[in-house]
Amino acid sequence: MTDVDILIIGGGPAGLAAAIAAHEAGCRNVLLLEREPALGGILRQCIHAGFGMHVFKEDLTGPEYAQRFVQRFHALGLSAQCDTMALSVTPDREVTAVSPAFGLQRFRAKAVVLAMGCRERTRGALRVPGWRPAGIYPAGQAQRFVNLDGWMPGRRVVILGSGDIGLIMARRMTLEGAEVLACVELMPFSGGLTRNVVQCLDDYGIPLLLSHTVTEIHGRERLEAVTVAQVDAQRKPLPGTEQRFECDTLLLSVGLIPENELSRAAGVRVSEVTCGPLVDDALQTSVPGIFACGNVLHVHDLVDHVTVESTEAGRQAAKYARGQGEAGHPACQMLQIRDGAGVRGLVPQTVCAVRVADALPLMFRPAAVFKDAAAVVRLDGEEVLRKRFRILTPGEMVRLVVPKEVLERHAGAGELTVEVTV
Amino acid sequence: MIQGMMQDESDVLVVGAGVVGCAVAREASRHALRVCVLEQAGDVAEGSTKANSAIVHAGYDAVPGTAKARFNVRGNALFEDWCRELDVPFVRNTSLVAAFDDRDLAALEALRLRGERNGVPGLRVLAQDEVRALEPNISRSVIGALLAPSGGICCPYGLTFRLAEHAAANGVAFFFERRVVDVARAADGLWQVTTADGAVFRTRAVVNAAGLYADELNNMVSAQKLSITPRRGEYLMLDKQYAGTFRATIFQVPTPLGKGVLVSPTVDGTLIVGPTAEDVGDKSDTRTTADGLRKVVESAARVWEQVPAGGVIATFSGLRAHGDRDDFLVGEAPDAPFFFNAAAMESPGLTAAPAVAVWLAEQIGRALDAQRATHYVQHTATWKPFREMTDAQRIAAIADDPSYARIVCRCENVTEAEIRAAIRSRIGARTLDGVKRRTRAGMGRCQGGFCTPRIIAILCDELGLTPEQITKFGGGSNLLVTTHGARPATLGLSPERRESRVGRREVCHD
Amino acid sequence: MSERTVTCIGCPMGCRLRVTLEGGQVSEVDGAACGRGAAYARQECVCPTRQVTTLARVRGRREPLSVKTAQPIPKAMILSCVEEIHGVCVAPPVRIGDVVVQNVCGTGVDVVATMEVMSKKGGAA
Repeated sequence: MTDVDILIIGGGPAGLAAAIAAHEAGCRNVLLLEREPALGGILRQCIHAGFGMHVFKEDLTGPEYAQRFVQRFHALGLSAQCDTMALSVTPDREVTAVSPAFGLQRFRAKAVVLAMGCRERTRGALRVPGWRPAGIYPAGQAQRFVNLDGWMPGRRVVILGSGDIGLIMARRMTLEGAEVLACVELMPFSGGLTRNVVQCLDDYGIPLLLSHTVTEIHGRERLEAVTVAQVDAQRKPLPGTEQRFECDTLLLSVGLIPENELSRAAGVRVSEVTCGPLVDDALQTSVPGIFACGNVLHVHDLVDHVTVESTEAGRQAAKYARGQGEAGHPACQMLQIRDGAGVRGLVPQTVCAVRVADALPLMFRPAAVFKDAAAVVRLDGEEVLRKRFRILTPGEMVRLVVPKEVLERHAGAGELTVEVTV
Repeated sequence: MIQGMMQDESDVLVVGAGVVGCAVAREASRHALRVCVLEQAGDVAEGSTKANSAIVHAGYDAVPGTAKARFNVRGNALFEDWCRELDVPFVRNTSLVAAFDDRDLAALEALRLRGERNGVPGLRVLAQDEVRALEPNISRSVIGALLAPSGGICCPYGLTFRLAEHAAANGVAFFFERRVVDVARAADGLWQVTTADGAVFRTRAVVNAAGLYADELNNMVSAQKLSITPRRGEYLMLDKQYAGTFRATIFQVPTPLGKGVLVSPTVDGTLIVGPTAEDVGDKSDTRTTADGLRKVVESAARVWEQVPAGGVIATFSGLRAHGDRDDFLVGEAPDAPFFFNAAAMESPGLTAAPAVAVWLAEQIGRALDAQRATHYVQHTATWKPFREMTDAQRIAAIADDPSYARIVCRCENVTEAEIRAAIRSRIGARTLDGVKRRTRAGMGRCQGGFCTPRIIAILCDELGLTPEQITKFGGGSNLLVTTHGARPATLGLSPERRESRVGRREVCHD
Repeated sequence: MSERTVTCIGCPMGCRLRVTLEGGQVSEVDGAACGRGAAYARQECVCPTRQVTTLARVRGRREPLSVKTAQPIPKAMILSCVEEIHGVCVAPPVRIGDVVVQNVCGTGVDVVATMEVMSKKGGAA
């Protein structure tokens, strides 16, 4: 059994930022576990640009963004074990892990930071009927094949889902020599950034079929074609609108799911809305001393937000490890955060208002597309903050900051809601 | 006569490497007989065996006096021991047949009586409160149920793989990608079995365990024609999160088409829901349909009010070999001596397999006047899955083989050691699905999202193949197209291990 | 005189900008909700550029090297630049920022590595 102050599970942008923050907060016994052979997480395979516009005021590629943190991580003398899989986390913060270099290891941590990221929704979960041939891949897996392994999944591609991963892969596959026939999107709007629709689809003449979905898979051994149909307002396929696309590859960009198996096993309560742990303003989960940040907490769009969130988690974990977690606030009356109309997945879900340092950051996804709207924050029903937005879309997570003074003015409030009004 | 490649003579030739064929081969190998198995696909368990409910039925459903009834009950009694001997999972989780109205209750009573006549132990009709005490999550519209304590669950392809390994350890030769196109009596009285590639196998006794194609085989030699209709069943697999919802396998009152949609825990900790029952025209039509999947959910909702739509991790369909005699066709064809049928083995075919195998092997042994094998290998070793080990066992396994310390499938905790063992075993995996069904890698909630690239690399390394040669399940199911760049980097194995083994796979003994 | 429609990528609004061109010059931009839109539209119509991110090969390694054009290049040259980059095989070690292709397709823009490759087999730190 090895004692550590802070054990971080996951060496992507979340884990790296948390580790750096914990070190900078004075914690000197920090260990990070990463299951891949190198640090960087999902950024290693995101070779496109668009990362770091907020944090570095630069337009970096994924690997470059990751490298900034990897370099700082090493420069600070922080410890990481790669090729290491965390097998379990107990509510007492004992972590069991296994790796070829060190075999089975058990750690006892004063604080644990969960930074495991997320996985992709699969064809099985979508229940697309038809055959089960080779050639159907989650878009992120195809991204890994192409960008990390140097393998090509196929030659004639249809993409289901117009979230950023699907859009990015439309361009990647095209530049690596494949023909991308269409991007098929269930909703009447794209789930990704407009920049990506233009630079990944429009630039290459790839049609975006909104309000469409794949209704059948053809091909016994290798994919041969997919049937695509238009959908109605209830997202049900409209008979008679079917068209057939002859293709050998179907990439699925149909949703990301935070990876909380370890969390659940540790007794961490998980939100049904975000699919991530329920956390308070310190990003602490329902299990004392276990913190969560990054995509494992809720699926982010901008890695810059992951960095900011994870920096806070690392700071808080360090505080907890030093025994200062709850100190100073013996009677912490928790403010409950609830999703109002038009809002989905507010994080954190509870707040100790007294403990908030300068401001309380809140993140959520709009439940639909809203133009010329306002996000309204209420404390016990009373409006305390209003922020106008030219546009709100489910594809872009919103970050709102509630100043400490606002919380102080309504000390003792029981509930904070955020809603969208047009 | 087709002039072709003559193979060695055998005493027993089994057509079909599903659970029935492999079980017969294993039992036959207890005799001092030369046994071989011909399989049209590239691996064992590629037909109905890999796509069914995995239930070990109690036997109340089969009509008394039928072969189904006889072999179901006997097979159920053998199943636990067989699984223990072969180191594969079996859980006697019991079965419940749910009733929703008085008509159903009457049907339960009829099933109970039928079961008693078949020799099924412990059958009892439970009242609503008893049912709810056993299964708190069952729907409130269930007013009673038939409890069959002997019902169980297993892993059909895991069992088949171990049966095949055990058979191979005892001298059985397996020939894959050999589709039988003709069976005929030679002048000297031996059977001549011709495969699609022109090879001719000569044997004293043929066992027809050809699944969906058993009718075609039977009809080549017997005037007592059999007709098999593929009856498709669609299924949904639900995440392990829901494993605790039910303990027993929950059936509904059977219909003429079959046992109906069931909800059951599996030995892997997932939950299976299904099947439908739809006769299809094509013996390879294992497509799922929007209609079929919808019907599964609708029917399951009768016993499970909150079927979690978001909890589905996989869907699949399997074909049952429904014979026109409504019963198994087991035994020597009356007009074709030394041709033994194990045909029309739709449900309860899996359950019956051990009993059919034991009985047929006895018949064959007697017919061939065979002695017992002198050096029968009682137990073949297999790798222990990392996920089932204690920490102490894990430490020991890693000390012995460091590749036990590298997790490849994160969802199911499958290590590199097990995957390599699965590829290197006697009836080794050569495809992604082959690895999947031997180790569970890729069967978890991410459905191969994390492990697939790693498994491809390991298959390349073990088999001396390039990535674009790796297939999902053989044939044309290649996963990748021509890569740009160099061959995959070696994973540290010595060059001898990387000789190419491309080509048809055979496991033979001199 | 001709008209083109351009989708602005400045923010999620994705304003559809109607651009009037006269003699190859932008005379009018209509439909922008903010000032950035007009600037973007002008660039897009007169000389659209793109930063290109793709892969080059590394000697002795299966895994590719991620690279990018150091600056945006003319959009019309994307595919030929990618082709030139694909033809390159880089010898390790490689540091972020190392020039992998100089003056790709005569654009005056270099292609640089965006990841690190150590000289020993095994890849990035």
